[in-house]
Amino acid sequence: MTEQVEVKPLAVRMHNIHKRFGTVQANDAVSLSVRAATVHALVGENGAGKSTLMSVLYGFYQADEGEIEIEGRPVRIPDAHAAIALGLGMVHQHFMLVDRLSALDNILLGAEQGFFLRRAQAMARERLLALMQSSGLVVDLDARVGDLSVGDRQRLEILKALYRGARILILDEPTAVLTPAETEQLFAVLAKLREQGCTVILITHKLKEVMRLCDQVTVMRAGRVVHECAIAETTVEQLAEAMVGRKVSLGRSEPAEEVAGEIRLVAEGLRFTDAMGCVRLKEVSLSLRAGEIVGVAGVAGNGQSELLAVLSGLASPQAGRLQLGAQTFGVMPGERWLDPRIARQLGLAHVPEDRHARAMVMDFPAWESAVLGYEALPAYSHKGWMRRAAMMAATAAMMSRFDVRPPLPQLGSSKFSGGNQQKLVLAREIGQNPVLLLVGQPTRGVDIGAIEFIHARLRELRDAGCSVLVVSSELDEILALADRVLVMNAGRITGELPIEACDEKTLGMLMSETDVAQVAEEVEA
Amino acid sequence: MDELMLGTLLASTLRVATPLILCALAGVLAERSGVIDIGLEGKMLCAAFAAGAAGAVWGSSFVALAAAIGVAFALSMLHGYACVIHRGDQVVSGMAINILAAGLTVVLGIACFHQGGQTPALPDEVRLRALWPEAPEVLGDLIGNGLAGYNVLVYLALALVPGVWLLLQQTRFGLRLRAVGENPHMVDAAGVSVHGLRFSALALNGLLCGLAGSYLVLAQNAAFAPHMTAGRGYMALAAMIFGKWRPLPALAACLLFGFLDALAIRLQGAVLPVIGEVPVQFIQALPYLMTVILLAGFMGSSQAPGALGRPYLKER
Amino acid sequence: MISFFKSGATPPMPRWAELVLMPLVNLAIAFALAGGVVALVGQAPGLVLETLLQGAFGSLRGVSYTLYYTTSFIFTGLAVALASHGGLFNIGAEGQASIGGLGIGLLALWLSNSLPWYLMWPLLLIAGMGFGALWAAVPGYLQAWRGSHVVITTIMFNFMASALLSYLLVHQLKVNDGMAVESAPFGASAHLSGIHQVLASLGVEWPSSPLNLSFVLALGAAVAVYLLLWRSRAGFRLRAFGSSASAAEYAGINPRHQTLLAMACSGALAGMVGMNEIAGVNDKLLLDFVGGAGFTGIAVAVIGRNHPFGIVMASLLFGALFQGGAEVAFEVQGFTRDMVVMLQGLIVLVSGAMSHVVAGPVARLVHACSRREASFTEKETQHG
Repeated sequence: MTEQVEVKPLAVRMHNIHKRFGTVQANDAVSLSVRAATVHALVGENGAGKSTLMSVLYGFYQADEGEIEIEGRPVRIPDAHAAIALGLGMVHQHFMLVDRLSALDNILLGAEQGFFLRRAQAMARERLLALMQSSGLVVDLDARVGDLSVGDRQRLEILKALYRGARILILDEPTAVLTPAETEQLFAVLAKLREQGCTVILITHKLKEVMRLCDQVTVMRAGRVVHECAIAETTVEQLAEAMVGRKVSLGRSEPAEEVAGEIRLVAEGLRFTDAMGCVRLKEVSLSLRAGEIVGVAGVAGNGQSELLAVLSGLASPQAGRLQLGAQTFGVMPGERWLDPRIARQLGLAHVPEDRHARAMVMDFPAWESAVLGYEALPAYSHKGWMRRAAMMAATAAMMSRFDVRPPLPQLGSSKFSGGNQQKLVLAREIGQNPVLLLVGQPTRGVDIGAIEFIHARLRELRDAGCSVLVVSSELDEILALADRVLVMNAGRITGELPIEACDEKTLGMLMSETDVAQVAEEVEA
Repeated sequence: MDELMLGTLLASTLRVATPLILCALAGVLAERSGVIDIGLEGKMLCAAFAAGAAGAVWGSSFVALAAAIGVAFALSMLHGYACVIHRGDQVVSGMAINILAAGLTVVLGIACFHQGGQTPALPDEVRLRALWPEAPEVLGDLIGNGLAGYNVLVYLALALVPGVWLLLQQTRFGLRLRAVGENPHMVDAAGVSVHGLRFSALALNGLLCGLAGSYLVLAQNAAFAPHMTAGRGYMALAAMIFGKWRPLPALAACLLFGFLDALAIRLQGAVLPVIGEVPVQFIQALPYLMTVILLAGFMGSSQAPGALGRPYLKER
Repeated sequence: MISFFKSGATPPMPRWAELVLMPLVNLAIAFALAGGVVALVGQAPGLVLETLLQGAFGSLRGVSYTLYYTTSFIFTGLAVALASHGGLFNIGAEGQASIGGLGIGLLALWLSNSLPWYLMWPLLLIAGMGFGALWAAVPGYLQAWRGSHVVITTIMFNFMASALLSYLLVHQLKVNDGMAVESAPFGASAHLSGIHQVLASLGVEWPSSPLNLSFVLALGAAVAVYLLLWRSRAGFRLRAFGSSASAAEYAGINPRHQTLLAMACSGALAGMVGMNEIAGVNDKLLLDFVGGAGFTGIAVAVIGRNHPFGIVMASLLFGALFQGGAEVAFEVQGFTRDMVVMLQGLIVLVSGAMSHVVAGPVARLVHACSRREASFTEKETQHG
């Protein structure tokens, strides 16, 4: 044992944790030590095993092997209930809230004192008001959660954990859904909690946030801990290298040789309100030209998904016009909006963000998924009858051209890895030589080898004269692919830059600036 | 219409509505916890048979009630085993219970009592009697017939409506139950057992279905007859939906449906001025028609619990 | 040693096991449970089974009755399966079959005395399919455009169908002098020939039975459903929608049209039950001619894994159970055909609702066996 006085005692010690799901070793001999009253970052790429490790700590999963100590005592955590009793609190990426209940009831749930609610509610309200004051987390307790903003819901989640007496808070990707201003507020709260003696474990893959707030960092890759150190002793570059396991050199692509061909698509004044009444797109206008890749950058949830949906015909906006080749679409009486079928007929292909829900039918064999959306082409069907042999041959050709493994058209769509699924989808969408291609999150959940392959195909397509729109929440990907960058923030396009003028700092500012203005307004009010 | 007729109409409304109320409350509890229950019909039928058989063999209303509740409870647990633990399809499981009940009750009835599936008529002391049989004489036809003079199950059913409301809205258990029907992940994260809650809801559901079934045998008729539920379970399901998964509106729906049923019997063959002979079938179909119209959103909006029908899987 | 009943990851099952072994295992469990009940009520399961098989397949007449029951089950089984491929659970086959039969009856009452059979038969088929399709399309429409769930609506529509049929028979179509609630008999041209009549005209002797040309129609319907689902573009779209509504939307497939189409086709198939029961056997419209075939269709579709071939096989099974069950009821004191209804419930329970309960252990068993086999062959090749 060390005798140094300034070293704080351990709040959490996980030792030699193993956890496997089927054939996947999600955690392989993972050890993690978190000191009390610190903010400890747990970083790694998607699928590195961070969430699994924290789920083991919070009792969602049982480790196959390994020990856990909380505040020096060895413990067994069979379920969330035990975790809460030990002073653990977790804020999930997808909030664990019931929309139809009030904020107060949401906090109360699972921690009610006594059988009847009325008294429990009164007691809880009193304690919560005190808690809100000391922590700076303010939420309207009587509001229906369904009516609260994302930031409010996150505050509610933290409040909920604190109400249960959490001394160790686990936050899973807390900033993924927040605007930069909300992130600021969150970090201020977390710093305050640290002062009050709370321990925070922050799961994230945003390294700059780690550098700003955290004291210690543990890096995971492919189920193992690969790096562990104090923040003061490391740099973003070192952490990034540890995360991906090699020098990060997402090289910037050679810009298109002949910049800007003819205009292929013009969208004007797009406004879109979702089913919840939230305005997702505000007066968005853009144009796409032949032979360029336009990247859309922005914090996830700032309207990029809705932009893709509206441009591909999956959703109709409330206002706006769209010109696609010679055709015009609108929402005025007598006009109609694009639908996905017409879009394909006009040569607009779309690789959707959500591969599992949209791009493939997971129950179908690959050869049926590989014609999805194109089943009416004469190559695939004739007079209403499917041409199975032709479909299978076409799938086999796609698979060999895009190096899809295993190259088995009969195999179920769900049996392929994420990268191979994405390659097959890309092969399908590129296969009919589109004049326009919309791509959402081209490499989400895709292994590194496939990333480079996919990027190369997108560049080829551009060089062949196609107009490509790439939406990605990975800034690196935008910088590596795009010839021109649009920045989206709070439903607007807040900036348009040629790639030469782009760097992370400028883009970061554009991604957040209106929000700063908004926050200023709120503060004044 | 005179006082006597109104009194008897009211009385038959309540008598018809009682099993509906019990079943609808059972449905409210299960479905608010996120478990679809179209097996109300089958559970009620099995409970009715159990009450008839046990009452005939042991000659005790208590044993009959206990048997009915026990059988319905067991079927609820079966539903839970298939759907909550093993994530089977809840609609399929409910249908299986209904079909199984329709066959099994007759098979066992014939095997045990050799009366074509009927159970022997229960003696009067086994049946549930009116708590205050002299009421019509004392209070007059309207109030005496219409409001007093029922057996204990009728009042129990009526009392259970605010009871279930109170349980759902004002207790810890109710809060958790409502939450688990909307977002089971959240309940799990809060350290409360999703399966435990759903099984508790199903246990209460079984209890109520048992009461409903025993009412048919111990109060309404004097014996079990094959297929005697005759779609009441489905009508209770309709009433529950019509009541938007809430106890008090569900009660109103049950009373309305019960009234229509009573009216249909009364109007059988009657010739009214202007309309002529009333097509009884139309009145009988009215509850279903109204439920369809309500569900289609032509009569205000109706929202089912958020996680209804979706089995809870821990791995997200 | 492998524990077959532990929960946890289920190894993937080979295709043959999933398609053939699983239904057989499920059936075996359901039969064993039913056998238990038979034994419990004091009868010998072995004797019951023997009498049942004898009754169902022991004579040409028995086989004919078996196939007659099979016919209706094929129609309703296909109806449930087709809707299920569109992601919809159609509990309303019973009501759709009643209304289909109503259509056939109304048309027959109207035209059977004036049109020859070769015009009458196709018209009857169109009427049955059309009425069934319309009755099912309404719940489909209500789900697609109004958001009410098809399961609940079709249950409600079953009751409404029964009320409608009863109203028309009691108030409008009833023959005055009869006690029974039924319509006047149809003219001869609305009678679908019995198989024995057809065979007799070909010079083959066949015992008289209710088995009629609808059986051929049912087999044709099974082939048509196969072609529709797996060979046609419409079927491709329907299955895409049924498996993943969001992927179908992305592919430009209109979800509302698919819902409506699936329900209408499903109702049309259910409506064909009337060809068998009304045009083929009764020659008049009556109450309750469907007799639960709509619900049996659920069991048929479940055990037939929603595939036309499986459905024909499962229908044959249930046809045999119904026919054989009737024989057993005749021979064995205290046995009723309700036993078959109970078995039907058990089958839906075991292979439908509890499929996951059974699938795990079976998958582990198959896995273990195939592994052992693999290691044997490995050793043999090493030695050889």
